Amino acid sequence: MAPEKIVLRFSAETADKPIIYHLVKDYDLIINIVKASINPHKEGTMVLELSGEKYKEGISFLRKQGITVQPLTQEVVRNEERCTSCGACTVHCPTQALYMERPSMEVKFDGDNCIVCLMCLKVCPVQAMEVRI
Amino acid sequence: MSVERTYQDINERIKKGKAVVLTAEEVISKVKEKGVTRTAQEVDVVTTGTFGPMCSSGVFLNFGHSAPRIKMQKVWLNNVPAYSGIAAVDAYLGVTELPEDDPLNSNYPGEFRYGGGHVIEELVARKPIKLKATSYGTDCYPRREIETTITLDEINEAILFNPRNCYQNYNCAVNLGDRTIYTYMGTLKPRLGNANYSTSGQLSPLLKDPHFKTIGIGTRIFLGGGMGYVVWNGTQHFPGTLKDGNNRDLCGAGGTLSVMGDLKQMSPRWLVGTSFRGYGATLTVGVGLPIPILNEEILYYAAKTDEELYAPIVDYSDAYPNRKPGNLGLVSYAELKKGTIRIMDKEVPTGPLSSYPRAREIAHILKEWIEKGDFLLGEPSQLLPGPAAGLSGKPLNEKE
Repeated sequence: MAPEKIVLRFSAETADKPIIYHLVKDYDLIINIVKASINPHKEGTMVLELSGEKYKEGISFLRKQGITVQPLTQEVVRNEERCTSCGACTVHCPTQALYMERPSMEVKFDGDNCIVCLMCLKVCPVQAMEVRI
Repeated sequence: MSVERTYQDINERIKKGKAVVLTAEEVISKVKEKGVTRTAQEVDVVTTGTFGPMCSSGVFLNFGHSAPRIKMQKVWLNNVPAYSGIAAVDAYLGVTELPEDDPLNSNYPGEFRYGGGHVIEELVARKPIKLKATSYGTDCYPRREIETTITLDEINEAILFNPRNCYQNYNCAVNLGDRTIYTYMGTLKPRLGNANYSTSGQLSPLLKDPHFKTIGIGTRIFLGGGMGYVVWNGTQHFPGTLKDGNNRDLCGAGGTLSVMGDLKQMSPRWLVGTSFRGYGATLTVGVGLPIPILNEEILYYAAKTDEELYAPIVDYSDAYPNRKPGNLGLVSYAELKKGTIRIMDKEVPTGPLSSYPRAREIAHILKEWIEKGDFLLGEPSQLLPGPAAGLSGKPLNEKE
């Protein structure tokens, strides 16, 4: 089963609990933490890639803990017409979702590797990268 | 037998559809296979191309006269001010100009999402542009204000005039500091996080004629998708030769071109509005030059490869902004294009700012134009100064 990309939202009361530990230990899930942050109100947001046989049980465990679970619907897309294949984005993309194909030096975008960090939106000189919600 | 050709010889062959034209990439393989002497006998023209941000670009516009007439002392296009201290209803819009209400870098790093370059891209894409002009009244130009829209086809002239384009060579920019910096060479991560460069190397026009043996006033070129001309040397045209540690000549450095062409012939594919976070707005411009193979020496340089062309590595956290001389070494375009280089014992990822695939496309388009007989070579009425002229930059010294 391909990993599901999900967004978890923790309240200030749950943000300090070892929730991910239980997902691994009790439900044997494979976890890739894409992004994690805590805001000044001590509420947390985490973007995960999650897979494993006990996926559904794991999700229901999260909900019982008072954590909001939503599928990741935000997606970064490339405006192919606007992209000039300059390559300025490729040194900033942390997962090589944007990469140079050699020797053609064409810039390629593999959306499956994108972790929606949005760095490319900031560094693309011609505003070819867009976010779709 | 060594070959000698004139512009007239080549143009005669172009008119007959017999000219042999190769791109700067294609001629490299040909020389590897047959050598310089035989290739020079066979090839008439080598085409080059580059597609990168070129800040010194802009457009002269003539809007036509309204009734009643207005002098247009101040002009804005989509809220971006244009310089109008010219004749009535003429203006020059520069690509780095920004809307007056742009927050600039007050919310650092600023985004600079829209500027003169974006207006030019929209103009050339035939989109309607908001024109606002104000003026004092005169007896012949009584009107004081106008607000309307224009399109490229409705106005009289739109002349792209870029006083400093097509830089011969450029720095490979790095950041030795400990914070991210935002430069015209893109975002540079701290502690040698990345190394950005910006020429198309072996396809790059002025790297292929480093001594300016063919480029001069009147050279006909590919400009923004249309035909344009080299009209003068560019500003800061200080052609020199990059030398290695043993004072051996490596390749060209420091030349620039002043170019001009009719915007109405051009296309938004080759003039793209560009933004550099924390730095400003500009325009990415496509330029291609044909190099007539008048003799073997010209071909020898036109066939230089990425392995033989170098860029100096420069620190933009301190050395560049403070105008400190020196660099961190030289790196070949072949190494830069591999994706990582070694600087001070660190593997540093490299990122280009100019598009190599688009540069290749320009060289191919120019080749096609010449092969079809649509594009004759312009013989320069005067060549631009080369490295032998010994031009160098003057610093700006502050006086009491």
